[in-house]
Amino acid sequence: MATKAYQRVYTQLEAITKATVSLRAKGVSNDELAVVAGKLAQVVRVKGDVVTLQIFSGTEGVPTNAEVTFLGEPPTLKVSDQLAGRFFDAYGHPIDGGPEIEGEERQIGGPSVNPYKRRQPSQLIPTGIAGIDLNNTLVSGQKIPFFADPDQPYNQVMADVALRADVDKIILGGMGLSNDDYLFFRHSFEAAGALDKIICFINTTENPPVERLLVPDMALTAAEYFAVDKNEKVLVLLTDMTLYADALSIVSNRMDQIPSKDSMPGSLYSDLAKIYEKAVQLPTEGSITIIAVTTLNDGDITHAIPDNTGYITEGQLFLRADSDTGKVIIDPFRSLSRLKQLVQNKKTREDHSQVMNASVRLYADAQNAKTKLENGFDLSDYDLRCLSYAKDYARELLAIDVNITITEMLDTAWKLFAKYFSPAETGIKQALIDKYWKN
Amino acid sequence: MKTTGIVTGIVSNLVTVLVDGPVAENEICYIDLGGVKMMAEVIKVNGKNASVQVFESTRGLKGGDKVEFEGRMLEITLGPGLLSSVYDGLQNDLTTMQDVFLQRGEYTDPLDREKLWDFTPIAKPGDKVVAADWLGEVKEGWLPHKIMVPFAFKGDYTVKSVKPEGSYNVDTVIAVLTNAEGEDVNVTMTQKWPVKVAIKGYREKPRPDRIMETGVRVIDTLNPIAEGGTGFIPGPFGCGKTVLQHAIAKQGDADVIVMAACGERANEVVEIFTEFPELIDPHTGRHLMERTTIICNTSNMPVAAREASVYTAMTICEYYRAMGLKCLLLADSTSRWAQALREMSNRMEELPGADAFPVDLSSIISNFYSRAGMVILNNGERGAVTFIGTVSPAGGNLKEPVTESTKKAARCFYALEQNRADQKRYPAVSPLDSYSKYLEYPEIAEYLDRTVEPGWVEKVRTAKNLIRRGKEASEQINILGDDGVPMSYHVNFWKSELVDFVILQQDAFDAIDALCPIERQRYMLDLVLGICSKDYEFEDFEKCRAFFKELINTLRQMNYSEFQSETFAAYRETVDKMIA
Repeated sequence: MATKAYQRVYTQLEAITKATVSLRAKGVSNDELAVVAGKLAQVVRVKGDVVTLQIFSGTEGVPTNAEVTFLGEPPTLKVSDQLAGRFFDAYGHPIDGGPEIEGEERQIGGPSVNPYKRRQPSQLIPTGIAGIDLNNTLVSGQKIPFFADPDQPYNQVMADVALRADVDKIILGGMGLSNDDYLFFRHSFEAAGALDKIICFINTTENPPVERLLVPDMALTAAEYFAVDKNEKVLVLLTDMTLYADALSIVSNRMDQIPSKDSMPGSLYSDLAKIYEKAVQLPTEGSITIIAVTTLNDGDITHAIPDNTGYITEGQLFLRADSDTGKVIIDPFRSLSRLKQLVQNKKTREDHSQVMNASVRLYADAQNAKTKLENGFDLSDYDLRCLSYAKDYARELLAIDVNITITEMLDTAWKLFAKYFSPAETGIKQALIDKYWKN
Repeated sequence: MKTTGIVTGIVSNLVTVLVDGPVAENEICYIDLGGVKMMAEVIKVNGKNASVQVFESTRGLKGGDKVEFEGRMLEITLGPGLLSSVYDGLQNDLTTMQDVFLQRGEYTDPLDREKLWDFTPIAKPGDKVVAADWLGEVKEGWLPHKIMVPFAFKGDYTVKSVKPEGSYNVDTVIAVLTNAEGEDVNVTMTQKWPVKVAIKGYREKPRPDRIMETGVRVIDTLNPIAEGGTGFIPGPFGCGKTVLQHAIAKQGDADVIVMAACGERANEVVEIFTEFPELIDPHTGRHLMERTTIICNTSNMPVAAREASVYTAMTICEYYRAMGLKCLLLADSTSRWAQALREMSNRMEELPGADAFPVDLSSIISNFYSRAGMVILNNGERGAVTFIGTVSPAGGNLKEPVTESTKKAARCFYALEQNRADQKRYPAVSPLDSYSKYLEYPEIAEYLDRTVEPGWVEKVRTAKNLIRRGKEASEQINILGDDGVPMSYHVNFWKSELVDFVILQQDAFDAIDALCPIERQRYMLDLVLGICSKDYEFEDFEKCRAFFKELINTLRQMNYSEFQSETFAAYRETVDKMIA
């Protein structure tokens, strides 16, 4: 942060908690940055002349006579084309040994796009993964998280999706990434020769948790620069949003706020929405698409973090290990892309939505048959056919290692229908049966 | 003289102001941030300290910044031009803002002041009038938009003069009224009204006595909502709340639709902007947008304005109701509004109620729902505001404060089930948990007898009972196994599946199936009940399953075909042969 000509310096702290300090100061503005004993901090509360600051790197070693300098501005990021191909920390400082960025200084966490100025998302983002393209088609301008238990390979799937997607820039916001995962992303981007379109803002587990709060806003400020100023298609990857929310709860707890569900702050919904709603299709070609990761605790989606996320995002992609095939699949029941109907049957073949629904319905019948089997009942002929179908369906379409075109996915589904069922059992419109049924 | 003050405290969008004069609860003030005026509302006063919630981001605000109080509550402007507008929660016209990003302190005029409206007088000089009486009308799209005596006028007035037929803008004085003291007051086409106060100005508010068609079978047939009724749709995310609400908005039999996107996704609102101008209202053949006002306060817009947005939407509905029109208000989602209340209550360090919501949540919700209703106006005409809100219960658990409080206030309950959504049985409205209290109203039963067919409510009960019996049968089959139960259990189970697949399920994305007029609903329910009233014998349950699957498939093809078309008739014939 640049030193300003006029600065106010204080040296008397009134209170210190693990994440915040309070002091008496005048003329302080809300959200402005300060430096406390050399650590970066931000104003979160003003009460009379008592100001509370949240210190991003924690208050360890901060004495009551620490020097506090107010910088007069909220956090900023310098934006320009130089951002491309670079790796930064949560404050926007390079961590790749390269030079500082020169460019226009912009406040992060800026205003929202006027909803009326948005356009309806309509561009398909193919990923080659049938669990996504066939059942939960992604659209540019969409925001969607992976819901996954910590042992699922979500970062790998996300890297696959990012590298296959046809976008101009990929911006990674890593929050509480393990060093191994950070290096994994770095290597996959390098190996794919995609470094020139990658920008990374990284907070690893080695960095203090409160710093994470800056990462999404940094990533999205860079995204807005490329999408709004440069009319580019930008894909933002945010992992892991659960760790971001944990950092929110730490700060609100230190500020003595009354927690709501699961000891999360009452404002969790608005806090998350402010990030996810940056996803946008602009009237120009520019767009911001957000793919995030929300790790779950043993698949529990009723926890406040995945629950609030689900109400904000346009669907979710649910990863789960399938015992039938031993593969990781995209669960067709719990996953959803809310924008899929904007492209299905329009940018894809006319039978897409009906095939998708029929294949999932039959997969549901297989689950019922499985329950019957587990309860020790005889299975009917239909049940047995469903079970065999489910195995093929999971292996050939739901597994995350599938990489085929959407037309191939549809043909595969018709092939499976014909193999195990009669046309009536699929419940598909007659006109489509006449055209696509494989004899 | 205006009360002024200075900022002394800031926590997020809650600001404490030291005031130098009187302030009122809910009074509006403007905070000056380096020349940008930010609107805020008083929510608590303690001595000389007023707590105000700011409708904008407070970034950069300082202790000592100046505040000016307005001496009025949050109010909106009512007049011709509200329809087909897109407003934020404070009624700023979003379409006339220039920048791609919403700028703080940018307030735009809700009405076009230049546009000329063709005015026709209704009242004559010498007429005795009171607040809400009609003075004249202009054509807003195809709707007669009445110019009324402003709701805020107290007591009796005499019409002194009314403008003759002609084209005028909204600020033209179209009538002069004389009050009891003999003073003349001017009336233009616009008036202001505080959103948190219900608009009265009607003679009585009787019980609703007819239903509002939505074209959605699970609502109209099984759980109809009354014109002027209230309902709510709770459900976990991903269960189709928004799709269902949009279907109601597109097809609902109402003159005016106000959609309040309250703390929800911006892309859903964009879907409305994009689709509605293309869509045709099935009841009038006009563009849907012509009868629609959108209040848009998406989840990333300031929290305090989210709370205001539902009140703004309700006030617009009440305004059109006073013109003798049928209005439908859809609010998505009222949980976000409740969360906005929770955030503020939390910042004010109030003692929390259940799940940290404010303790008066329940009364705030019932008070809001009570503003809906059918009314008889002073001139004997009918007007109605039907209100359907969605609720987004945390974790999909219906035992949470917002759902429970709403259940006490709303008369129709459309519970969306995760289980049904997982099986893609859309709309995922639970057939057994959902209810419409209106089916118990004798005046509604009588209306249905007259307009649909005699004994309709009884038929609806029969259909619900078929589902209940099917559920019991399916539980027994799951416990005892396919072979462990008598054949009649299988038949009962499949009869309920028939009702489920043919009546309950509906494809909102199919051009024909999406909209099912009541006449067609009657036809299908009669057909399905006819099939279910027969006894069936099968050798084994496999044959039973195969028979019903085939039957269901054929009936679904009927749902996908044009009503009474040749294809439709052909499928009907197949069905008749199958059950003969």
